[in-house]
Amino acid sequence: MEIDFKLNQKPARLKGDGERKLLWALRSDFGLTGTKCGCGMGLCGACTVLINLEAFRSCQVPVKDIKGKEILTIEGLAENGRLHPLQNAFIEANAFQCGFCTPGMILNAFSLLLKNPRPSEKEIIREMNDNLCRCGAHQRIVQAIQIAAPKMNGRKR
Amino acid sequence: MNGIDRRQFLKALGGGIIIFFSKSDLVDAQTTPSDFNAFLRIGEDGRVSCYTGKVEMGQGIITSLAQILAEELDVPFHSIEMIMGDTSLCPWDMGTFGSRSIKIFGPLLREAAAEARAILIQLAAERLGLPLDRMELTSGVIRDKKNPQNQISYALLAQGKKITRRLEKKPPLKPASTFTVSGKPVSRQDALAKATGQAKFSGDIRLPGMVYARILRPPAHGAKLKKVDTSSAEKIKGAQIIRDGDLIAILHSYPDEAEQALAQIKAQFELPENKLTPENIFNHLLKVAPGGNVIGQEGNLDQGKKVASTTFTETYLQQYVAHAPIETHTALAQVEKNKATVWASTQRPFGARDEVARALNLPPENVRIITPFLGGGFGGKNYNGQVVEAARLARLAGKPVQVAWSREEEFFYDTFQPAALVQIESGLNGSNQITFWDYRVYFAGDRGAQIFYAIPHHRTASHGTWWGAPGAHPFATGPWRGPASNTNSFARESHIDLMAAKAGVDPLTFRLAHLSDKRMRRVLESAATTFGWLPAKAPSGRGQGVACGIYLGTYIATMAEVEVDKQSGTIKVKRVVCAQDMGQIINPEGARMQVEGCMMMGLGYALTEEINFRGGEIRDRNFNTYEIPRFSRMPKIEAVLVDNPEIPSQGGGEPAITCMGAVIANAVFNATGARIFELPITPERFKKALAKGV
Repeated sequence: MEIDFKLNQKPARLKGDGERKLLWALRSDFGLTGTKCGCGMGLCGACTVLINLEAFRSCQVPVKDIKGKEILTIEGLAENGRLHPLQNAFIEANAFQCGFCTPGMILNAFSLLLKNPRPSEKEIIREMNDNLCRCGAHQRIVQAIQIAAPKMNGRKR
Repeated sequence: MNGIDRRQFLKALGGGIIIFFSKSDLVDAQTTPSDFNAFLRIGEDGRVSCYTGKVEMGQGIITSLAQILAEELDVPFHSIEMIMGDTSLCPWDMGTFGSRSIKIFGPLLREAAAEARAILIQLAAERLGLPLDRMELTSGVIRDKKNPQNQISYALLAQGKKITRRLEKKPPLKPASTFTVSGKPVSRQDALAKATGQAKFSGDIRLPGMVYARILRPPAHGAKLKKVDTSSAEKIKGAQIIRDGDLIAILHSYPDEAEQALAQIKAQFELPENKLTPENIFNHLLKVAPGGNVIGQEGNLDQGKKVASTTFTETYLQQYVAHAPIETHTALAQVEKNKATVWASTQRPFGARDEVARALNLPPENVRIITPFLGGGFGGKNYNGQVVEAARLARLAGKPVQVAWSREEEFFYDTFQPAALVQIESGLNGSNQITFWDYRVYFAGDRGAQIFYAIPHHRTASHGTWWGAPGAHPFATGPWRGPASNTNSFARESHIDLMAAKAGVDPLTFRLAHLSDKRMRRVLESAATTFGWLPAKAPSGRGQGVACGIYLGTYIATMAEVEVDKQSGTIKVKRVVCAQDMGQIINPEGARMQVEGCMMMGLGYALTEEINFRGGEIRDRNFNTYEIPRFSRMPKIEAVLVDNPEIPSQGGGEPAITCMGAVIANAVFNATGARIFELPITPERFKKALAKGV
C-alpha cells in the first residue's frame, strides 16, 4: 500500500506493509535518527513524535495510521535554523545528560504546551511521567518546560 | 603492541603542534604497552584538539576536560574539539568508570596544555625576535608586553609546522586563583547536538549496504539449545540467516523485518535446574562465599566487646539492580579482509578492541573502535557483548551489521549490581561511644566498606567482589554506578543510625561525636544547614534521615525528608540535600548535574528497583515491571558543592548515589519507627518492618 503524509512539513510517501511501525520507518527509510528506540513497547517515550501536533509513541504506531497526517520529529522542530523555545530552554537549563531521551522529552513537552500553555508543576509532572530518563535530569526538564512556556507566545507549532 | 604506531599516528594527524606523554606519566595505565600517549594538538587553523580514550556518556567530561584545556592553554573554550574513545586516534585508556576522568586524566591534560603553552610562547619570542619575558598571552594570542600591537596567534605559529614534543618535566601550571574558565559554569559542548536530534549514538550510524541483526536468545541463563527450525524465517523476503555455533541470527536491511523473521524461528532449549529466587539468594550467597579479605582493622575486637554495655548484631540485604540505560547496548561493525571497524556504545573502547581482535583472530591494531555518544552507561557498558556479536556477524555476512539489543536483551544480559549482604556486630558503652565494629560484606565488593568513624576496635572483611564467584549468582553481575558503595553505605549508615536510636541520641549528633575527619564534619554540617536539620525523635512528623560516606576521595553527606503512608506502605521522598566535597571543582554546573542525577537515580535502588528472577530466568524484561524513578517520584533536590580548592579534583559521577539507600531507610525509620534491613524498600518490605515493631 502507499501512504502519503507530511513529514516535518514536507510531503513524504511510504510503500509496502502498512503494519510497520512508524519508528522504524523514520529511522531506516527516512534516516531521521533523532527519534530513538528505548524499549520497543511504548513504555519509555524515547520514540515520541507528534502526529497532528499530538504526542505519540512511534514504536506503537502502524504506518497505515499516519495517512494524510502531519508528522513532526525532533529534526523538524527548529525553523530556518532558529531553535524552538523548548530547545533553547533545554539548553539553558542543562536539562539532559546523555541526551538519549531528550528528543522524546522535548516533543512530549511540546504537545503538553500546545494543550496547556501554562501548566503547573503538577501538570508537567503528570504529563511527562511516562517519559523515562535514567540520568536523573528530571528536575531540570521540569524547569526547562517552565522556562519555555511563556516564550511560546501562542505558537501553534 | 597494544597502542597505535607513533609514526602512523603523526601521519594521520597532519601538521601542527603535538604534545606527547610517555607511559610513565600515565599513573592510571600501568599496563599500557604502547610507548606514548598523545594528548593534544594545536592545528594549523589554531583549533585545539584533545585526543582521549575516555567516552562521553552523559557525565559531561566532553565539557569539563575542554575547560581544563582551554584554561591552561589560554584559548577560547569553543576553539577546543574533543576526540573521544576512538582507538585509532586516541591514546590507550583503561575505560571510563570509577569517577576518575577528571581526577586522573585531568591533571595530565593540564600539564600537556601547559607544555604546549610554553612551546608557543617560545616560538612567538623567536618569531618576533624578542626575549621570552617580554611575551604576554591572552585568548590564543601572544603579544609583546611593551608593544601590544606586535602580536601573533597560535594558528599562525602552528602553520607549516610539525612540532612534536614529549612531556618530560612537569611544566609550571597556572595558579587556580587566576582561572577564568575552569571552575566557572559553561554551557555543555554537546548541548546543541542533543537538543536538535543531531547527536549521533551508535545506533544512528549508517553505512551503505548495512543490515540489522536480531539474535536468537535462550529463555534463561545456562539454557542449552536442543533443536532449532529456521525454515519459516528463511521464507521471509530479504532475511538472511547466519549460524555460527550457538550464534543464530537473522539479518535484514530493515530492523523491524529482522525482528519479525526472528519470531518465526522455532527453538527448543534445555533449561538447567536452578531454584534461586530473590527470597533464598542471600542464604545461598552466604553458603558459597569465599573467605574474606581483611581490608582494615585496628585495636582488638574482644577488648571492644568487653567494654561494651550494649551489643548489636544485624544483617543488611540488597537485591539485584539493573543499569537500564535508555540506550541499549548497540554496535555497528564493518569487517573488510583483515580489518575491523566498530562503532560501539562502550565504556571500554580499548577493551572492546581487544575482545573483537580475539574473536576475529586479528591483531588489535587492525581493529578500530569508534565511540559515538553513549546514551548512558552507569557501569553496564563496561560489558561489550554486543560489540563482539556485531563483529562476528559482520565477518560472516560480509557486510556491515548493526546489533542493537532490544530492551528485553538489555535486561537479560545486564551485569547487575549484585545481590549482596552485610553483617555487622557492634557495641556501645555507657557513654554512648561505639567500642567495637565487626563488619563483613559478602559479594558487594570492598569499595566504601572501610569505616571512617572513630572506633577504637574495628575490623572490616570483604568476601567476594561485585563480579561474583563461580556458582554465586545465576547470571552476570558487575560494577553499577558507585559499585559496592551503595550496599556498604546502606549497611554502615543504617547500623550507625540504629545505634544512635538505641542510645537515644540524635543521629547527626551521634555521627559528629564519632568523627574527627574535618572534611566529613564539614559536609555534614553543610548539609545540615541547607536542610535545616532539627533533632526529632522517631517516630517523628519530620521523617528526616541522614547518611554520609567517602567515595574514592570524595566526601558526601545526604539528608532526606520522607512521607510514609503506613496503610499502603508507599514512601514519598519529598526532599533530598546532598553536600559534596570533591576537591577542586572544574565545572560547577556539571558537578551539580551529576550530584542531582545521582540523587534521582538512587531513588530507584532505594525504593523500587530489583530484578525478579527464578534461577537464570530474568522475569523483569522491560519498564512495565521494572520501575525506574520517574517524574512523579521526583523530590526537591538540592546539590551543595563544598568548595575545597586545596585538594586536587576528585570524582563526581558516582559519590552522591551511594548514600541514597541509607538516607531514605533512615528517614523512613525517623518517620515511622520501622527499621529497614533490605533494599529496595517496597511497600511490602516496609509493612513487614513496621509490623515487626521498633
